[in-house]
Amino acid sequence: MAAVAVPGGRRRRLRYATERRGVLAALLISPAVLFIGLLVGAPLVLAVYLSFTDATAGSLTGPWIGFENFRHELRDPIFVDAIWHTFLFTAISQAVVIVCAGLLAHALVHAFPGRWILRFFILLPWAAPIALTAIGFLWFYDTQASIFTWFLVKLHLVSATNHPTWLGTPTAAMSSIITVQAWRTIPFATVIFLAGIASIPQEVDDAAAIDGATGLRKFWHVSLPLQLPIALVAILFGIVFTATDMVVPYILTAGGPFNSTQVLTTWAFQTGINSGNVGEGAAIALFMLPLLAFVTIAMLFFARRAEVT
Amino acid sequence: MTVALRRRMFQYGVVVPFAIVLAFPFAWMAVTSLKPEGQVYEQSKTWTFSPTLENYGYLLHHTGYMRWIRNSCLVGLAVVLITLAIALPAGYALARLAGRVGRSLGVGIFLTYLVPPTLLFLPLSRVVSELHLGDRLWSLILVYPSFTVPFAIWLLMGFFKSIPQELEDAALIDGCSRLGALVRIVFPISAPGILTVVIFTFSLVVNEFVYAITFITSSANRTLTVGVPTDLIRGDLYNWPGIMAAILIPSIPMALVYNAFLNRFITGFTGGAFR
Repeated sequence: MAAVAVPGGRRRRLRYATERRGVLAALLISPAVLFIGLLVGAPLVLAVYLSFTDATAGSLTGPWIGFENFRHELRDPIFVDAIWHTFLFTAISQAVVIVCAGLLAHALVHAFPGRWILRFFILLPWAAPIALTAIGFLWFYDTQASIFTWFLVKLHLVSATNHPTWLGTPTAAMSSIITVQAWRTIPFATVIFLAGIASIPQEVDDAAAIDGATGLRKFWHVSLPLQLPIALVAILFGIVFTATDMVVPYILTAGGPFNSTQVLTTWAFQTGINSGNVGEGAAIALFMLPLLAFVTIAMLFFARRAEVT
Repeated sequence: MTVALRRRMFQYGVVVPFAIVLAFPFAWMAVTSLKPEGQVYEQSKTWTFSPTLENYGYLLHHTGYMRWIRNSCLVGLAVVLITLAIALPAGYALARLAGRVGRSLGVGIFLTYLVPPTLLFLPLSRVVSELHLGDRLWSLILVYPSFTVPFAIWLLMGFFKSIPQELEDAALIDGCSRLGALVRIVFPISAPGILTVVIFTFSLVVNEFVYAITFITSSANRTLTVGVPTDLIRGDLYNWPGIMAAILIPSIPMALVYNAFLNRFITGFTGGAFR
């Protein structure tokens, strides 16, 4: 009898346990926390460890060399330039994105005939895999058969014999990759802006209308302040995903010509994977941490602000 | 001029030019993909040429393209399953059961989504080779949930918060257990939200590039995003029409699905905490 009663009792106790909020919550959340700790936390710690070692491809450890990797990088003009390029790439593309996405979101928020198909066109750059569309741009920027050059020649803005080589000179290459990055980020930023507009209660809109606020004035005094928290979230997202992503520069220029479009991420990839200096590559990648820390703090701040409103 | 007319003009005046600029690359891809390969560099044939489907035939029958698509789909499905198994319970618990602690934890988990692959790929590449998973799809199936789980938890929190608490309370009063209420009431009601998470998780996986190019080395195991840039080159020559076809084939359906699920995505995204 006792042997039968014990499992039953245990099951009942287990049932009671899952009826308690805290216990059930812990039970349901812990796999996720464990998983994230294992796949994000641990590699992050490992990255920090590697950056202090001389590890090369094929080994998980290496001789401890302290800050030598960091010191070496800070003396390397390619690395110092890469930080500057990362800043330019991020700041310019995201400035363009904010303006465009803000405009687009306000135009898209209310229904109109044809919105569905136009929105489909606008979402294309976000939905399509960027690694693939970036190769598409490799073709659009082709030295001989660039479609952009074709348009410029037809418009008599450049001559057919002396036209820009889109990826060939440092300035042109930088402008080209910034353009592609802005192009691919606009749809996502627009969607986040749309979310921000959608989160404004209809009553606020109505109240503003009753008080006689219309057009720009309503936008400036009512809509903008209410959307600010989520707009800032969109901006922070854009900054993180641009500064820490390598697909566009990696595929279009691979950092060239003459390292003129080398950004932190492509330089870390080249050093860590192509040259096999894992420790040094990890050190380069870790220079993204201050930016991430800043964005994290900003996000937490705005998330709290957004809750209050 | 009436307010309504002014608004219409603003809408079309902004949206139409943007739609043209943002979608033009895809139009030009479509044109190029229909061009005979030998004519892509001929200036006189920029717009006038006899269209052909031979590039699509070549892509589907004589390259690894179908295999890369299969690989991407396999990895995508496996990661979606793992992600749901972990994120569904966590998302629900964070939205409903954990209170204030849950809110902070939710934001914390979301922030891990911001830790980029470019920061983790070096240590993870070492881990993958220590586990003898190098050049195997399993390496991607293991690593991809590191960004899909935080993303999915965030969206699911938003969806679960939008379900009225009363529905669950009623189930509990009727003698349902909490887990029972979760499985019988909450999950069925959230089906559209869960489907949204499935779609966006799958597309995150298909779009991933950094891990795939680091871990996978042989052509047969490549995923779509890595196979196209590395393998569709004949000799030193890029097979441009074939590459354009290879880009268009996955892009168009994905954009259609994004467009169809956009409103749900917005609901989940803003429901998480930013409201």
